Amino acid sequence: MTSLPLEPLPPRPADLVSPPDVTSVGLRGVNAGDRIYRAALTALALTLPLLLLAFVGELVTNAWPSIERFGLRFAWTSVWDPVAGVFGAAPMIFGTLASSFLALLLGVPLALGVAIYLTEFSPKWLRQPIAFLVELLAAIPSVVYGLWGVYVLIPFLRADIVPPLRAVLGWTPFFSGVFYGNSLLAGGVILAIMVVPYIAAVSREVLRAVPTTQREAALAMGATRWEAVWTAVIPYGRAGLIGAVMLGLGRALGETMAVTLVIGNRHDIGMSVLQPAYTMAAAIANEFSEATTNLYLAALFEVGLVLFVITVVVNALARLLIWRVARGTAVGSRAL
Amino acid sequence: MSARTVRRRIVSGIMTGLVALLSFLAVLALVLILADLVVKGASSLDWNFFTKNPVPAGQTGGGVANAIVGTAIIVGLAGLIGLPIGIGTGLFLAEYGSGRMGWTVRFLADVMNGTPSIVVGIFAWSWLVKPMGHFSALAGSVALAVLMVPMIARTTEEMVRLVPHSLREAALALGYPRWRASLRIVARTALAGIVTGCLVGIARVAGETAPLLFTALGNLNFTTSIAGPMQTLSLQIFTYATGPFEEWHRLAWAAALVLMALVLLLALAARWAIRQRRGAPPAR
Repeated sequence: MTSLPLEPLPPRPADLVSPPDVTSVGLRGVNAGDRIYRAALTALALTLPLLLLAFVGELVTNAWPSIERFGLRFAWTSVWDPVAGVFGAAPMIFGTLASSFLALLLGVPLALGVAIYLTEFSPKWLRQPIAFLVELLAAIPSVVYGLWGVYVLIPFLRADIVPPLRAVLGWTPFFSGVFYGNSLLAGGVILAIMVVPYIAAVSREVLRAVPTTQREAALAMGATRWEAVWTAVIPYGRAGLIGAVMLGLGRALGETMAVTLVIGNRHDIGMSVLQPAYTMAAAIANEFSEATTNLYLAALFEVGLVLFVITVVVNALARLLIWRVARGTAVGSRAL
Repeated sequence: MSARTVRRRIVSGIMTGLVALLSFLAVLALVLILADLVVKGASSLDWNFFTKNPVPAGQTGGGVANAIVGTAIIVGLAGLIGLPIGIGTGLFLAEYGSGRMGWTVRFLADVMNGTPSIVVGIFAWSWLVKPMGHFSALAGSVALAVLMVPMIARTTEEMVRLVPHSLREAALALGYPRWRASLRIVARTALAGIVTGCLVGIARVAGETAPLLFTALGNLNFTTSIAGPMQTLSLQIFTYATGPFEEWHRLAWAAALVLMALVLLLALAARWAIRQRRGAPPAR
């Protein structure tokens, strides 16, 4: 009603009131079919929350003996002794964070390079093919990455990458020790390749959501094309780009098979990337089927719970950041 | 032209070259991996590989027939469970998802989308394998379905939301009840997109290994019983890759090539499906 309330409106005749009512009744679903349709969809949609409840419930119940026994010590003690029944997950948590950090260190420049090249510089005919090929990296199964890592990447690292690295940087604690192959470095490199398609796809959407006027304004001020990208486009999309990186981080943290195959699975904290390490996901994959005692099993469930909580936090932050830039385009859920 | 301008131009040129080089490197990684798969795997692909079951360790020959059939069964069953729930949830989000429940479901779907698959695996173990008392292909399918549902729900929602409002309004104006307008007009128009989402979802879980380690477990024999342990290509690759025998490594590469081909076919089919829709938004 937009009319001014100068005087009360005369009551409408009944036959004039009824048509809008009929429409709204129809739309709200008093029609039997509509009611059934809505109920069926609601029931299907309710599966997801119930599933998540069951999910968290199962994890917490199964992990409870370990949570009760070790409390917060679980996260920062390093002894993992199934025979003595003492469990501390610090080395796995460290290994998970370290391998993911390494993956971002190597993968982010690559992914951002792809995104910037595709949105800002590449000829039009090259855009689709390159974007498609980079996204295909996400279609390769994790276990195939692992196989490739063991039989192609590690020999390559051993022969061509590690010797020069050690010659130059061998004096730092990060590159000390003997390189056997399975190592934090191998895990980080594999993860870097695996997160590139996710970070590149989301960054690309974010950069595409930056208004053209940003670029034009910078160019009109006399900026070179790179200066326009660096000073006008990237700062505008910064929150979204950070979100894209965090989405990649979430992937890297939970990645299991490829990492299990190449990281060496040694329960120890070491500074050197040439040494074997362990991740939470790899620990579950390796030890779950041999967990004979209840406490051992509970400890592994607690590892899973910690991993779940970390990835949920990282993913939630990532989505909030992406939404701030590319509102309404729902990027990220689309990455293949 | 001042020296400063020249320097700025040079920097711009170098950086352009650098990002082009980085793009080239990313594509190179894909090409190298695919090439290695073909080089190391193709020579082992023969009739026996597809029709024989694995032979005991140490002997040569044998194939992965059980794993190929197992993959088809487990992934197919996961689709049967996951697709209706995922599509239904997506339709709910698009049609009735503006309220508090819609927001909650959408948020939870995004949360579950990032859940590590190994954690889903141990959840399925404690939820299904432990009470049933034995490993089973069914538990593996449920684990894969759990991974599939949030993904399919979100893509379905997006695809349905792309359908112009005028179409729905026209249907309602013609006297269609809302459910028929939603199913016959809106969902039908978005069908190509929904199918694409489903194919991508299936392709994604077809290569999963981690959720199957403690559910489907793997099986050296040929079986079609979903109540017992079953082999899949991904599990077979993992076993063979970690084993000590040259013969196993050879079979692992061949199995990886087959799995990769399967996933690529699904991904390409997904792209083809989205092209079938007139006025589709340009594929990413």
